[in-house]
Amino acid sequence: MTLTQEQQDILGGSKGETMAKVMQTLVLYGDAFGAEKMVPVTSTKGHLVTSFGLKVMKPVYNLMDQLIEGGAFSKQKFSVDPKPLDPNVPASFLEKIVFKKFMYSMQDSYDSQLAKLGLIDRDSYTCTCYMDEVGNIPKKGDYLSWAESSAVVYANSVLGARCNRNSGIIELFGSIAGFVPYFGLLTDEGRKATWVVEIKTTKKPEAQILGSAIGMKVMEDVPYVKGLDKWIGNELTDDAKAYLKDFGAATASNGAVGLYHIDGLTPEAKELGESLIAEGAKVYVIDDDELKRVQDNYPVMWKDISAAPKLCFVGCPHLSMAQLKEWTDNVTEALKKNGLSKVSVPTVFTAAPAVCEEFSKSPYGKKLKDTGIILSYICPLMYMNNPLCKKKAVITNSNKLRTYTTSRYYRSDEILDIITKEVK
Amino acid sequence: MREFKGRPVCAGSCTAEALVSHGGLNTLASFQNALQFGDKEVKCGDQNNPDLYKKSMLNKAICLPQTIGSTTGGMVLYCAADLGKAPKCLLFSEHIDSLAAAGAVLAAVWTDSPIVTVDCLGPEFLDYVKDGMKITVSEDGTVCVE
Repeated sequence: MTLTQEQQDILGGSKGETMAKVMQTLVLYGDAFGAEKMVPVTSTKGHLVTSFGLKVMKPVYNLMDQLIEGGAFSKQKFSVDPKPLDPNVPASFLEKIVFKKFMYSMQDSYDSQLAKLGLIDRDSYTCTCYMDEVGNIPKKGDYLSWAESSAVVYANSVLGARCNRNSGIIELFGSIAGFVPYFGLLTDEGRKATWVVEIKTTKKPEAQILGSAIGMKVMEDVPYVKGLDKWIGNELTDDAKAYLKDFGAATASNGAVGLYHIDGLTPEAKELGESLIAEGAKVYVIDDDELKRVQDNYPVMWKDISAAPKLCFVGCPHLSMAQLKEWTDNVTEALKKNGLSKVSVPTVFTAAPAVCEEFSKSPYGKKLKDTGIILSYICPLMYMNNPLCKKKAVITNSNKLRTYTTSRYYRSDEILDIITKEVK
Repeated sequence: MREFKGRPVCAGSCTAEALVSHGGLNTLASFQNALQFGDKEVKCGDQNNPDLYKKSMLNKAICLPQTIGSTTGGMVLYCAADLGKAPKCLLFSEHIDSLAAAGAVLAAVWTDSPIVTVDCLGPEFLDYVKDGMKITVSEDGTVCVE
């Protein structure tokens, strides 16, 4: 890799031993992909994936301490993934003790490390930092040093920014150095599609199942999706963006997709069309049967598969304002139709703190509260990530949550039906 | 016995027993239980990986196409290395992905226990290698399977 004089000096120790190791890490990381240079990070803000103060992550805390002591602070402010704890979310006495005393006992000190390194503010904990209410929205063509698979794939695909699927810690190093190695999804060549996905369904595909199918098929490749604009339109409306957020999260958790192009909809596909498709691209046709096959193959990890649901999570990734409003309307209407006033399964909707705040101030806030549903900024994935929750019959419409936990997947229409009907 | 020539990403030599994942290895899903709850055998917790689920990954030669899933992946590998809970080596049939590369590099630069990592071993490597086979890795990226 050819480094500028400034980069060479940092590598040589001009800014101290810690900064030299940060630079060495980025150089070796770039070398693994044949990167020939570093490019400046041009986004205003960064985004980190690691938000949770798990006791076991001692190596990360030690590394953070080294960065702070070595004066290696982020050059840009950053947001970070959601917090693992929220007192408003139902948990048993035992669960609360396990969460606070054993699992996330380092949360407060890790929050303090993040604040020192460059966290925007204490409300900047969400996986959907690109929501208008949160305001970490990169411009088309910006080079980013972000992690969080669902945020990276959204920034690349829907916003047209340029970011590799960086790991936790690497993304912070890029924000500290102000440079990232130039390879993969940062380059024009790396953004070409090596798969063409043809959607031939008879109805609008469930975003999370469609994304899951594509992720499992293309792994880390770039898909060019044809036929989806028929179902979600040719404009990036709030509904289309929310659909793509959920679709992308599934492509990134069941595969390793960092960028997709939607024919006639996403910015690069609109601008460059099928010239984005690489020569020799493979073809994957998705019809109703294929989506059914994918959903039918999701394992159910409950000990008793006929157990009654004890908890429901909607919002992984965090919900948008439009989604929150739509869910609130749907739940209210379904409860009324079924002669109920409250949901029959304890249910948590999750969204960014800024979205929660604005939603709660609107008339919808009270409307949702009346249904008995809890609104939270929590990360459901982190909440579920312990042996006690594994024994709980938790349901979700999130393929990402299903992938990483023992929660059971149902389509959104099925979830609505379950939580608004009387439990027999 | 067969030899495969790959590219050393984190060069080193070691001998270990093979553990083979034909699908992508979801790093977070595979390691999270073992790291959090003190599983000394570091058994794979990824319910979506039928090849590895519930098998011990500690000190094994993990043979895989690439890693997938959460972008905490590299950080998870780094923690596993620093806590002495990592595989002995990672052997990729394909070009290494960005998350695994990050984990390998972080372990090499920031810990005293790097993970030997070789990629580009080719699809025939994954076709040939089976669980339990003896793997010997050399500094130059040569992988001997017997």
